[in-house]
Amino acid sequence: MSALELIALSAAQAAEQVRAGHVDPAELFDAYRSRAAADEAAGEQGLNAYTWVADATPDTSAARASALGGVPLAIKDLFSTKGIPSQSASKILEGYRPPYTATVVERLEQAGATVLGKTNQDEFAMGSSNENSAFGPVRNPWDRERVPGGSSGGSAAAVAAGLAPWALGTDTGGSIRQPAALSGIVGMKPTYGSVSRYGMIAFASSLDQAGPLTRDVTDAALMLRHMIGKDHCDSTSLQFPEAIELPRGVDLKGIRLGVPAELTGDGIESGVREAFEATLALAEQLGASIEPINLPHAPHALSAYYLIAPAEASANLARFDGVRYGLRADADDLLGMYMKTRAEGFGPEVKRRIMLGTYALSSGYYDAYYGRAQKVRTKISDDFTTAFEKVDLVVTPTAPTVAFRLGEKTADPLEMYLQDVCTVPMSLAGIPAISIPNGLSAGLPVGFQLAGPAFSENRLLRAAYVLEQALGFDGTGVRS
Amino acid sequence: MIDRAQVLHVARLARLDLTDAEVGTMTRELSAVLDHIEKIGELDLDDVQPTSHVVDVVNALRPDEPRPSLPRELALSQAPEVVDDGFGVPSPGATAGASS
Amino acid sequence: MSTTSIAYEPVIGLEIHVQLSTRTKMFCGCELSFGDPPNTHTCAVCLGLPGALPVVNARAIHYALMVGLALGCELAPRSIFHRKNYFYPDLPKGYQISQYDIPICSGGHLGDVRIHRAHLEEDAAKLIHVGASGRIHGADSSVVDYNRGGTPLVEIVTEPDVHSAAQAREWLTLLRTTLRQLGVSDVNMEEGSLRCDANVSIRPVGSDVLGTKTELKNMNSFRYLERGVDAEIARQIAIVEGGGEVVQETLHYDPVSGAISSLRSKEEAHDYRYFPEPDLVPIVLTEEMIAAAKAELPELPAQRAERYETELGLSADSARLLSFRPELGDYFEAALASAPTGRTSEPLAGESPQVLANWISGELIARIGDEDPAQSKVEPVAIAKLVALVRARAVTQGAAKQVLDKLVADGGDPAAIVEAEGLGAIGGGDELAEVVRRALESDPDAVAKLKGGNMKAIGPIVGFVMRETKGRADGGEVTRIVREQLGL
Ligand SMILES: [Mg+2]
Ligand SMILES: [Zn+2]
Repeated sequence: MSALELIALSAAQAAEQVRAGHVDPAELFDAYRSRAAADEAAGEQGLNAYTWVADATPDTSAARASALGGVPLAIKDLFSTKGIPSQSASKILEGYRPPYTATVVERLEQAGATVLGKTNQDEFAMGSSNENSAFGPVRNPWDRERVPGGSSGGSAAAVAAGLAPWALGTDTGGSIRQPAALSGIVGMKPTYGSVSRYGMIAFASSLDQAGPLTRDVTDAALMLRHMIGKDHCDSTSLQFPEAIELPRGVDLKGIRLGVPAELTGDGIESGVREAFEATLALAEQLGASIEPINLPHAPHALSAYYLIAPAEASANLARFDGVRYGLRADADDLLGMYMKTRAEGFGPEVKRRIMLGTYALSSGYYDAYYGRAQKVRTKISDDFTTAFEKVDLVVTPTAPTVAFRLGEKTADPLEMYLQDVCTVPMSLAGIPAISIPNGLSAGLPVGFQLAGPAFSENRLLRAAYVLEQALGFDGTGVRS
Repeated sequence: MIDRAQVLHVARLARLDLTDAEVGTMTRELSAVLDHIEKIGELDLDDVQPTSHVVDVVNALRPDEPRPSLPRELALSQAPEVVDDGFGVPSPGATAGASS
Repeated sequence: MSTTSIAYEPVIGLEIHVQLSTRTKMFCGCELSFGDPPNTHTCAVCLGLPGALPVVNARAIHYALMVGLALGCELAPRSIFHRKNYFYPDLPKGYQISQYDIPICSGGHLGDVRIHRAHLEEDAAKLIHVGASGRIHGADSSVVDYNRGGTPLVEIVTEPDVHSAAQAREWLTLLRTTLRQLGVSDVNMEEGSLRCDANVSIRPVGSDVLGTKTELKNMNSFRYLERGVDAEIARQIAIVEGGGEVVQETLHYDPVSGAISSLRSKEEAHDYRYFPEPDLVPIVLTEEMIAAAKAELPELPAQRAERYETELGLSADSARLLSFRPELGDYFEAALASAPTGRTSEPLAGESPQVLANWISGELIARIGDEDPAQSKVEPVAIAKLVALVRARAVTQGAAKQVLDKLVADGGDPAAIVEAEGLGAIGGGDELAEVVRRALESDPDAVAKLKGGNMKAIGPIVGFVMRETKGRADGGEVTRIVREQLGL
């Protein structure tokens, strides 16, 4: 097969071809490696999707007998990978090579995935445009003057542009789903706790969750199947109650889709809303019933999120102190060393969130900010519980806009934060959600989000698959 | 709202050396974000339990069994400064203090 | 102190950090070590590497429950961990995982001091000052050794029920004994497995208002604790009497110079920003967990002392002495159980446990010091037999002490030693009467005084008899014979 034919295969197809002996896994790896390396070499002239690309072809002798057939995997920079730079796109971790590998990466490798490279991201996963990276911004393959979304922007761009068959990302408030939407691919955030966080450089521990960024829903299911499972190194991980199945089906008969008024009204740009409504109509044709629902506390989700996540981050990022690894600034005394190291090592958005989180936890403010935010979180979970008594899945646009121009929202943090308005409620509730491509608006991809109760991944994947098949989105144009 | 003095205090707690310009920007931006966030103050949350974990897991315990530690060279391999088989740091001086 | 000055009452609360003697650290599988080469017991978790996560050591929970039960605490059905945030090189994550608003144990008491709470947390690493190294413009340098970092700690906080430095020391001794007997810690102050801070304030006697307290840090021996607290009480009295006010601060006591100095400046006011640790889940106690902790509880010093008092009728002092050094108590009970048989089988009843206790806590300790008596050559049965011989008047007190000397040196059976050394008491027979007769003959002066009614003059007579009999005579018997022979 030619390199272009190899690139045209989805991850699941490629794995099948390797297992059947029709594709040489080393050739497959090299096809992607040369594309990824070329993009890396182009720096900011390219998509800037990678921070590191494998410099050799791995041993693929066991690939044929493995579930994932040696299919190469792009990994968000913040996953610890032994001996490989893992810098969370931060200057403060410049050159850091961990002595251990994240559990989820280990699992995927054991299933037969091979490490293709590390992908660019917003620094410490803080951002919705991938402009907050020490390695420079990532560009959207649909329009290089636009952002790919974030924080898993490098993973999204790499998959969309065929620089990787699939990629591993993380989602804290939308960091998989929103870039997937803006880049025209599938992105899934599993139920909190179903994938081990061990080895993921933490942003907000109670929200962070790893998930797949893939070309299609089947690939997402296949990757997720090999990610889940209890890990004794992560106290918050749990045993997923069932195996993840590869989705099948042709209709949505009997499925009740809830449309929350709070997440589908003002603030969603018209092109995105039109695409959303068209897909609701399609779902109805496929047999689903559409029910208006309410998530009364969803309008407060962003506020709660921007207290909880920065508060946790302010503590999670305290370990970057210039003592054991990473950057150290010269100073005469300890206090000066801390202050300068962290001032030089962190970018503006990270500093902003550390400040916000430190303030929200500080003496006299805890109850008004962090304490209240945790209660809002309870109310948001309750809202979903109530909703899922009436409907099977909740559907919304993934992001309120299509991909915006580089620099368009950097001046106003609040503007940027609004990108996650539809994804943050599910993160706070810890429930699974998936974004699938929902056509184009003005030539740019739109995302359609489906969310379900905890552990409803199979149901979610099946509904997403049926819609995907009916929508017939074509992303091949940006992969050539 | 947050004022300059508070920003400086928080920056010190967070060990961030902010330039004068950064203090100004930070004061403005954080105030704007906090103004938005403070809307949750309007909610009646008196009888609501806070959520710090969404998972329904308790007692994730580990048996008291040793696992191999890192070889020292590996533990020290990423350190900016190594002194006497340990991690070198500037001396804390008189003002900072430990606690346990 | 002048007659016009008021008397002050110290009010002291103690905070004790106890390193648990688990095999591995609180949140990772690194083995605990003391004195191993630096940074040889570290991993991703206890070095605070990016992405590493803590997992609670089950045995640390088990030990904390044992401590809580031993101190009569209430055990929290559900407790959680918090992050306590501050920057210091000995704290790799920039926060300490500790318990905050819901400690695993609260309330309770040990002896006459109430316990406020006991909670679990992780220990800091060790920061060693190495002086000028020339690294940056000759600036001073320190080195961090993360071996100790992450060692499980139970922090015990008392109510302010202690009112003197001596009481603080005595109570801490009781706590140490209790913990040692639980087997949950090495409780070695010099090695830092038991560390004590004291919150000290003073108030006029009779007042129930609490004064401003200071926190005296890390006194690493019982002696230093007592001296440090005494010095701080004196310092506070001097301040108040001088018209000043005590400032709330953290202090360091230098045992060498005796000086007390401030550890932190005020502007370094701490704001620990506690919040629930999102990487850990709650500890919810099960019946099995509590039963397992109960099953491993030995009899504790305070309970043992009470039993000795109520069941065996020991004096409070003896009961504490034997109980607070469990090895003494064990030895005492072994001796008590070995009822001697044969000629000297008079039962050890009535006040005799007290006599046995006195022999062990007095004469035996005087000879073997801090050594565990079980390790000495004196079998428990031997000291029991010896006491029985004394009580049967088969040997005198004085002779018995000589027998004990022999037992300590060579071991053996007391009756055999008495036999071999000819230390048997000279009974009421002719032999003793003959010695008394000679004594009276040799001292007409004393005889005259005795006849004159001055019984104090019997001293030289008894002394003569004791010398002649090498202590084998019974003092009471000698007196009786003197009275008989002089017709008094
Ligand atoms: Mg403590
Ligand atoms: Zn460790």
